[in-house]
Amino acid sequence: MKPSMKPSMELPAQDRARINFQQRIYLATSFILLAFALLLARLVDTQIIHHASYLKQAENNRTSSIPIPPNRGIITDDHGVVLANNYSAYTVELAPAKIHDLNATINDVAQLITITPADKLRFFKILSESHHFDTLPLRTHLTDAEAARIAANRYRLPGVEVKARLFRHYPQGMLAAHLLGYVGRMNDADLAALEKNNQLNNYLGTDHIGKTGIEQSYETILHGQTGFDQVETDANGHIIRSLAQQNPVSGDHLTLWLNAKLQAIAEQSFGDFRGAMVALDPNTGGVLALVSHPGFDPNLFVDGIDSEDWNQLNDSPDHPLINRALRAAYPEGSTIKPFMALAGLHYGVRTPEQTISDPGYFAFPGSSHHYRDWAPNGHGIVDMHKSIVVSCDTYYYRLANDLGIDRMHNYLAQFGFGQKSGIDLPGEVSGVLPSRAWKAKISRQPWYPGETVICGIGQGYNLTTPLQLAVATAALANGGTVWQPQVVRGITDSKTGRYHDTPAKITRVIQIPPADRQIIVDAMIDVTRPGGTASHACMGAPYLIAAKTGTAQVVGIRQNEKYHAASLTMRHRDHAVFIAFAPADHPKIAIAIFIENGGHGGTTAAPIARAVMDYYLLKKIPAITPASTPATPTIDHVD
Amino acid sequence: MLTNKHFWRKFATHIDYPLLFMLFMLLLLSLFVQYSASNESVNHVLMHAGFGLLALLLMALVANIPTQYWVTLAVPLYVTGILLLLGVAMAGDVVNGSRRWLHLVFFRIQPSEILKLAMPLMLAWFFHTRHATLTLRDYSIAALLLLTPTLLVAHQPDLGTALLIAASGFYVIVLAGLPWRILAGLSLLATASLPLLWHVLHDYQKNRILTLLDPSRDPLGAGYHIIQSSIALGSGGLLGKGWLHGTQSHLDFLPEHTTDFVFAVFGEEFGLLGNFLLLSLYLGIILRGLRLSARAPDLFGRLLSGSIVLSFFTYVFVNMGMVSGILPVVGVPLPLISYGGSAMLIVMLGFGLIMGLDTHQKLNKS
Repeated sequence: MKPSMKPSMELPAQDRARINFQQRIYLATSFILLAFALLLARLVDTQIIHHASYLKQAENNRTSSIPIPPNRGIITDDHGVVLANNYSAYTVELAPAKIHDLNATINDVAQLITITPADKLRFFKILSESHHFDTLPLRTHLTDAEAARIAANRYRLPGVEVKARLFRHYPQGMLAAHLLGYVGRMNDADLAALEKNNQLNNYLGTDHIGKTGIEQSYETILHGQTGFDQVETDANGHIIRSLAQQNPVSGDHLTLWLNAKLQAIAEQSFGDFRGAMVALDPNTGGVLALVSHPGFDPNLFVDGIDSEDWNQLNDSPDHPLINRALRAAYPEGSTIKPFMALAGLHYGVRTPEQTISDPGYFAFPGSSHHYRDWAPNGHGIVDMHKSIVVSCDTYYYRLANDLGIDRMHNYLAQFGFGQKSGIDLPGEVSGVLPSRAWKAKISRQPWYPGETVICGIGQGYNLTTPLQLAVATAALANGGTVWQPQVVRGITDSKTGRYHDTPAKITRVIQIPPADRQIIVDAMIDVTRPGGTASHACMGAPYLIAAKTGTAQVVGIRQNEKYHAASLTMRHRDHAVFIAFAPADHPKIAIAIFIENGGHGGTTAAPIARAVMDYYLLKKIPAITPASTPATPTIDHVD
Repeated sequence: MLTNKHFWRKFATHIDYPLLFMLFMLLLLSLFVQYSASNESVNHVLMHAGFGLLALLLMALVANIPTQYWVTLAVPLYVTGILLLLGVAMAGDVVNGSRRWLHLVFFRIQPSEILKLAMPLMLAWFFHTRHATLTLRDYSIAALLLLTPTLLVAHQPDLGTALLIAASGFYVIVLAGLPWRILAGLSLLATASLPLLWHVLHDYQKNRILTLLDPSRDPLGAGYHIIQSSIALGSGGLLGKGWLHGTQSHLDFLPEHTTDFVFAVFGEEFGLLGNFLLLSLYLGIILRGLRLSARAPDLFGRLLSGSIVLSFFTYVFVNMGMVSGILPVVGVPLPLISYGGSAMLIVMLGFGLIMGLDTHQKLNKS
């Protein structure tokens, strides 16, 4: 190719070259101006048009909110005895996101402080369960020296942090564990529930949540409001300075109706027996004591229970973790009789004076099947009063037959049988109060008259929780008010320090003519006097006790067989049932007790009630002779 | 014998004062920027100022070197550069996956840096020795001189530096009078071969280009630099956050904030207004430089100083384009503002050359 420009004749070569060069310089200049204009346009776009968005991003870069978890509310009993509080302790925590080899880091930490294999196991268990936390505890409760050692080596342990954490503590140990419940580490399910309730923000920085009991049902009140520290951080997340602070608001304090001493006496009285007891204030529905025995130490759960303890509790045939007071349902046995008698009076089926002649059994006309009384030869002539004092079964077989199952159901339902009481504790079951409608729902079989008869003595389909029986007993004691039982008596606002009572809640008021009630109460008082089924346990009480004993059959006994406690294995022995209120003339406490395989209510359950009443009414501390499982029952089958 | 006074008078005649003034202003500005970017480290600023003074001295000395010396230096420097590049290819140290350093007995050097000066020098010398009318053969030889070191450096691989070396040589060829038709043809060819070039690129290079198009595709990796520098610039707004008040650099969100990304620090603290002034200063220096090269007495001087000014412009544009997100991330500092002694010395050496080529006697055509 030839050069583009032919030599011109007018100009010397040198000048021509200079002109040519200048053209190129102009070209370069325009190119440069264009490039600078492009840069300027881009800068205008970034710095003016998108300024607001970038400014916000810069602020987000620079500031972050550090949650400050609130102190959890304290729980005390009626007299200020602390049942749940908090204390601060150092923990060493790992940030899994910042650590490549967790095992190696754990080994590094173990060079500085003691890390047991159990600590490691627990860490990996927590790791597998929670995905929302920045850091997870490897070991808790570090001594000051241990915390200092970790802190001093922090530079070579990236992702390892020492934190001061608040821990929940239950200073009374096993006392009222089922009622208090416990807190445990939040898991994914807890977080999902919080997210659903729009509570997640308030739980930033919190790692424990109420799992059962009062801790669960009053979670929102106990937790409080999380505070935030607005800080300036650098690119490595180091805090430069605090910009603003919103203080956390501690959770409110709960005062319970519970009396810790009363509860302790009741729990000790259970000895080795399994069972439950509920004591209510019949004038308010307050829960004075709630025992489910055996129990457990809630402190085990706070820090993440280790698998050994967990298996021991979970696999035990005694089921210590189940709150029997509201989650176990038993047949009422003879404790149903006072309520049955009231039903008879209500529907005009019986008068108090009306008598029957008890041959020791009840039989339908033309049937050879005998519904046996507990006394093989019967009780002779029996009126309503005597039917309760001696616990005559034949009287109630007949009464049930005359009332019919649906009238029984309708009357007893008023006392709360077969329904949840609405107590402020989670997990309550409703039990069973049978009726034709109920049976139609669960079975294709029709209702048989024989089923009505055995329901009359609290057997058959009847199932009730200790709590329900206590609510019914309290209603009998106070003349017909069915309370919605409450554990929490009052709440102290943590901000104002002001205490206010939780309002008592009435489920319904049953119209019981005072004369009718008096007949039943008088009979129940005589139950505790010589000749009554609970006379032994109630002997010498300086106040009047109204009570009723019961036994709930665990295994069926065939027609011509005799019940021999000694011949039955322990777990097939009858449950002992007992209800009582006192003082009978001005009731202050109403109690229901079930003792699994306890035999007769008057023998094993009544002494517990007596100890509880003595303390509550007289402040008398019993010389502890806990009821213990007798090797051979001293009293045979007495109802 | 020259008296002291006479020597200094003669020495001073080779300095271009408008250019010196603007360069001095830029250096002064850089002290403030470096003070802020280094989180207010006085030592750092003193170092930077020391290099600045040294560079100014070097510029004045270079301005006093007659053009003839440069002509004689052209071929040996170029040949040495090529030999060293070959040495690197065969026995260089591998750093970060590429072979850029050559270990000589006492020190390590990056021969590619030598080529940044040797390339325009060589081509300026080459066109200086040609006849007034250039043939296709001349351009072909020039292209060969340009491509040999470029490919060697690109092979290291150091694509950024290779392109900058190629640009400095290309500027000489264009200024020497590369016909418009060829220029247009080359542009077309370059555009057409872009898709082909894509396949030649290494993965990390492709990544940088993809990141430029969408920084959010890897916000903590490849996109981090560009996102943080955009935030720095953008949050500066019209007037900036004020000197020493940029949060992006002071809290370490901005990477390499004293070197390659120093422009973001400046833009965050002084805003669009400050950027406009900075751009004006650079434009002033470039236009003054072009004026000096246009009036240089001989072709060698015109081509060499023109290429140096255009290279200077290229550095400024590539750096600012990178920081503001219109060019991919390449490791090019902002001339005279970024911290770094050798880069500053090389730039000021260039300006000394421009001044000297303008003021020294015309070459005798050999």
